[in-house]
Amino acid sequence: MSITTIADFVPTELARGRGGGGPAPTRTVVAYGFWIFLLSDFVLFSGLFAAYAVLSGNTAGGPTGSELFNLRNVFIETMCLLLSSYTAGLGALSAERRQPGSFLIFSAFTFVLGAAFLVIEAREFARMAAEGAGPSRSAFLSAFFTLVGTHGVHVTSGLVFLVYMVAQVVAKGLRPHVLRRLLCFSLFWHALDIIWVGVFTLVYLMGAR
Amino acid sequence: MLGRLSWAAIPLDQPLPLYAMGAVGIVILVVLGIVTVKGWWPYLWREWITSVDHKRIGVMYVILGLVMLLRGYSDAIMMRTQQAIAVGDAQGYLPPDHYNQIFSAHGTIMIFFVAMPLVIGLMNFVVPLQLGVRDVAFPTLNSVSFWLTASGALLVNVSLVIGSFSRASWWGYPPLSELAFSPDEGVDYYLWPLQISGIGTLFTGINFVTTILKLRAPGMTYMRMPVFCWTALATSMLIVAVFPVLTATFVMLLLDRYLGMHFFTNDLGGNQMMYVNLFWAWGHPEVYILILPAFGVYSEVAATFSGKGLFSYRTMVWATLGICVLSMMVWLHHFFTMGAGADVNSVFGIMSSIIAVPTGAKVFNWLFTMFRGRIVFTTPVLFLIGFMITFVLGGLTGVLLAVPPVDFVLHNSAFLVAHFHHVIIGGVVFGALAGINYWFPKAFGFTLDDRWGKASFWCWLIGFYLAFTPLYVLGMMGMTRRLQHIPDPSWQPLLLVAELGAIVIFLAVLCQIMQLYVSIRNREVRRDLTGDPWNGRTLEWATSSPPPAYNFAVLPRVETIDAFWQMKRRGLPAVEPSYEPIEMPRNSPIGIVNAFFATITGFTLIWHIWWIVIIGLLAIAVGILVFGWSENREREISASEIARLERARLALGRAT
Amino acid sequence: MHDWRYATPDASLGPASGVGQGPRSSGLLRWLLACAAVFVCSCSQQGVLDPQGPIASAQLLLLLNSTAIMLVVVIPVILATLGFAWWYRSSNARASRSTDEGYEGRTEFVLWSIPTLIVILLGGVIWISSHQLDPRAPISTNGNPLRVEVVALDWKWLFIYPDQGIAAVNQLVIPTTTPVSFRLTSATVMNSFFVPQLGSQIYTMGGMTTHLNLLADAPGEYPGFSAMFSGDGFSEMRFIAKAVPAGDFDSWVAKVRGSGSALDLPAYAELAKPSKAVPPKTYRSVEPKLFDRIVEQTVSGPRGPTSAAWSSPARQTGG
Repeated sequence: MSITTIADFVPTELARGRGGGGPAPTRTVVAYGFWIFLLSDFVLFSGLFAAYAVLSGNTAGGPTGSELFNLRNVFIETMCLLLSSYTAGLGALSAERRQPGSFLIFSAFTFVLGAAFLVIEAREFARMAAEGAGPSRSAFLSAFFTLVGTHGVHVTSGLVFLVYMVAQVVAKGLRPHVLRRLLCFSLFWHALDIIWVGVFTLVYLMGAR
Repeated sequence: MLGRLSWAAIPLDQPLPLYAMGAVGIVILVVLGIVTVKGWWPYLWREWITSVDHKRIGVMYVILGLVMLLRGYSDAIMMRTQQAIAVGDAQGYLPPDHYNQIFSAHGTIMIFFVAMPLVIGLMNFVVPLQLGVRDVAFPTLNSVSFWLTASGALLVNVSLVIGSFSRASWWGYPPLSELAFSPDEGVDYYLWPLQISGIGTLFTGINFVTTILKLRAPGMTYMRMPVFCWTALATSMLIVAVFPVLTATFVMLLLDRYLGMHFFTNDLGGNQMMYVNLFWAWGHPEVYILILPAFGVYSEVAATFSGKGLFSYRTMVWATLGICVLSMMVWLHHFFTMGAGADVNSVFGIMSSIIAVPTGAKVFNWLFTMFRGRIVFTTPVLFLIGFMITFVLGGLTGVLLAVPPVDFVLHNSAFLVAHFHHVIIGGVVFGALAGINYWFPKAFGFTLDDRWGKASFWCWLIGFYLAFTPLYVLGMMGMTRRLQHIPDPSWQPLLLVAELGAIVIFLAVLCQIMQLYVSIRNREVRRDLTGDPWNGRTLEWATSSPPPAYNFAVLPRVETIDAFWQMKRRGLPAVEPSYEPIEMPRNSPIGIVNAFFATITGFTLIWHIWWIVIIGLLAIAVGILVFGWSENREREISASEIARLERARLALGRAT
Repeated sequence: MHDWRYATPDASLGPASGVGQGPRSSGLLRWLLACAAVFVCSCSQQGVLDPQGPIASAQLLLLLNSTAIMLVVVIPVILATLGFAWWYRSSNARASRSTDEGYEGRTEFVLWSIPTLIVILLGGVIWISSHQLDPRAPISTNGNPLRVEVVALDWKWLFIYPDQGIAAVNQLVIPTTTPVSFRLTSATVMNSFFVPQLGSQIYTMGGMTTHLNLLADAPGEYPGFSAMFSGDGFSEMRFIAKAVPAGDFDSWVAKVRGSGSALDLPAYAELAKPSKAVPPKTYRSVEPKLFDRIVEQTVSGPRGPTSAAWSSPARQTGG
């Protein structure tokens, strides 16, 4: 008797479409997996958004959003972040066109703008805490600091990611695996923008009324 | 310097945990000693600890689950014994603060470190083989996932020796779990390990969604995937969709406990009801995460051992996806008694009943798979039949609880405890054991002893009914759950029957250990030489037992459902293909290194040793950055090596 | 054609082997015997099985009806499982076999319809019964309901009768055939007020009020307890709900007013300290609006967080 080996079979036809084409190329797999990770991150934020929505009125006799929020600073930091997304996009395009010089310049702008966002946010947090409106003052403030702060932690991680990627581009050049990781960075950075749009709408614009 | 850790944390005055850890410690030392003396460390490091092979990782997950089953079971028998004897004036042998730790640990360990690893382990081993590919999408991430889960399991067990575990149940509801009412390290021993292993589980979900959707053999369209892969996909999507909710919820509780915030406190605006909602928004899908792969196992077992294809594949797929979606819409049935009002309660009660529809359709499909089949009663089939009867009854009690006014009198009673053990043991545990028996020969190259397997099945079945049927009655008689002391002596006979059931389950575990021992001892006689011991239908049976590292020398071309069955029926031409070199990922220590520092960071977070926390986090970050810098992440297996392996396998097969 | 064999013939494997003691008879039989034994032991009608009020009676009826509806499907499925497994065993030469089946639309339709119809029926039962048995819904009878305010403490129950101006710990005396309207809260962690023989339980939560309506038909002593784990003294957090004729209730109130101590703020602070297995006790008077102040958290509680001011007059706007 003989045993079956898979290699022995020649198919009569291969199904095209509906996923019949075989394993996807690495770039697709990596980007897809990273996108699923970002979706999971969105779910994390949605838990924090839900907590904020429930607790936003629970000021426990303490300061409310309209008393605390400085919308001018929020506008400036929003512009910084949105602009940094634009420069990150230009950087991604440069990388795709194999232009490491332009990539580095746009990455520098992205970093500066992202850092500016963080500095403004940190100063806002410090100001609020100094006024007695820290995260342990009330449930509303706990939810505010956690939601906005988690976004800030993600931005910080993004900046570390960016520096790391710049180092990799400098040291290794724009090779396929470096380009895949740059794609992941772009997805990450733009996703943070999307979250920020949610944050400033729900927290700042609606909370400052 | 050492935070709140001191010598007082070691329970020198409490004999039970000390003896337990003493015994476990001796076993661990003996095992490590044997491994060292026999010089197995290089092999273990190279082939298992740093492995990124889904087959190895799957086996390690299952081993972790089975070992933790022993710990979870010990908690169970201690609880049963306490409840059987602490009746009326007798106080039993476990004071409340011990008993409360034990039931909290029992639930936490069984859900997170037994059921999840068993299910994820089976998914890990089987899915890439069934999809006809070489590994998952992100093999190194897979290793990280496993070791983070192991880290969580280790940390929870450390609470036996250093400090104490949570006394706030496996849910950790505030305000009881807040600092005001649980000031010691217990709840932190619950929260940090679960955060760590939760990250691991999330990565597994991402890995498998990507693998199943983007990496399948050529020709394998969605509707040609094996049903186990569909259930793995649904499970993985659920993991991605709900584990971050648990992470966020625990982050908030940790912030309350560590930084004095007020998400769930009684004062300053905290809302404990929100924790309950968020926890169960994760918690209900979690039980479907556990059961869906078990459903997949049953589908495979039913089809293979009936000798015919699964009845109505299409229905199984749609039912699976339906359950996946519906499972996220029913969470409120865990707290009908919180007072949400009749409209809200009814809607969630109706949604909970609706889940019975696709589940019922699946049961009918298994039934009709057996109809006109040729059924062979192997151990997996016994578990299948035991499951079909048991799960249907457990589901009945579940639908009863889904009627809010009925739940008002049965919520949190022993009836509820019986219900969820009914579906978890009858569904998840039986499924895991069926899957282990079914795929063991593929993993290790020899079959498990069927007689001991059947003995363990009967002990599980009888033990389960003896242990839990009395609890249904007790629940209706007014016994609530988590009682350290039983007020009504008339309950004792039933509690003694439950204790007997727990002992029979212990016999079941002993039978499983015997099964392993006997099978390993007789492995040469039991060897599976063909790779297809059960006349299987899906692609994993097309490989040798165990498969080579690369799974398939040439990726199969798939034309139908049950691809391998179709190929066997068509017969084979005897032409050797031309082999190409294959690139496989290299092993990596990042998994265990990461988990090592995660364990240290978790432990020092629990004990407030902040300077080590910072070092631990930095070490993790540095590890990731260093790993990310590495080149040469793949190794090539030459065409000649593949040819040699394939020819050896063919020769072995022809020798039977 | 691929040959199917095991590497080693196990005693009970292979196409030609019979199965000996099949799973059908011995499994089912054993289970039935176990159940019978268990039910013989549990002769005492208690708890949910012994309803003493209209709410509890309705709930027991609902439980039994829902079980019966489900059994209509469950029993045939169990019998079919055992039947098919036995009949289609590989050693049964008389069974007809088929290999692979195509998609059978008609069977599918029937198979999906059965659970769907059951669920539609159950859905109606759920909607109607949830509205009829809503804990908030007052029980309609003649006469005014008796108001009772319930506070869950660590680890005992405080019952305040605001209209009578008295209070009791770990005993709830109520008149028969009179609806009792409860307002409930917790001074500490989440608990659940439950007297199985009278009906529904409801959670008690700090800073919030929940509502429950119950009625006792006949005189008796009905065990009550907390159905939500709340800490080390949880097992002892039990009380007796004593239903007495209306006349006896009035004389009990009079007796309580004439003896015992007052539940003023210092007495409440003392009571609120953690204690277990507290024997029943009564108070002849109650601090006005004590319950509301407990809900608003303007009285000092039993345990507070180590940092923030627990007893500060913080207004809860959530929940």
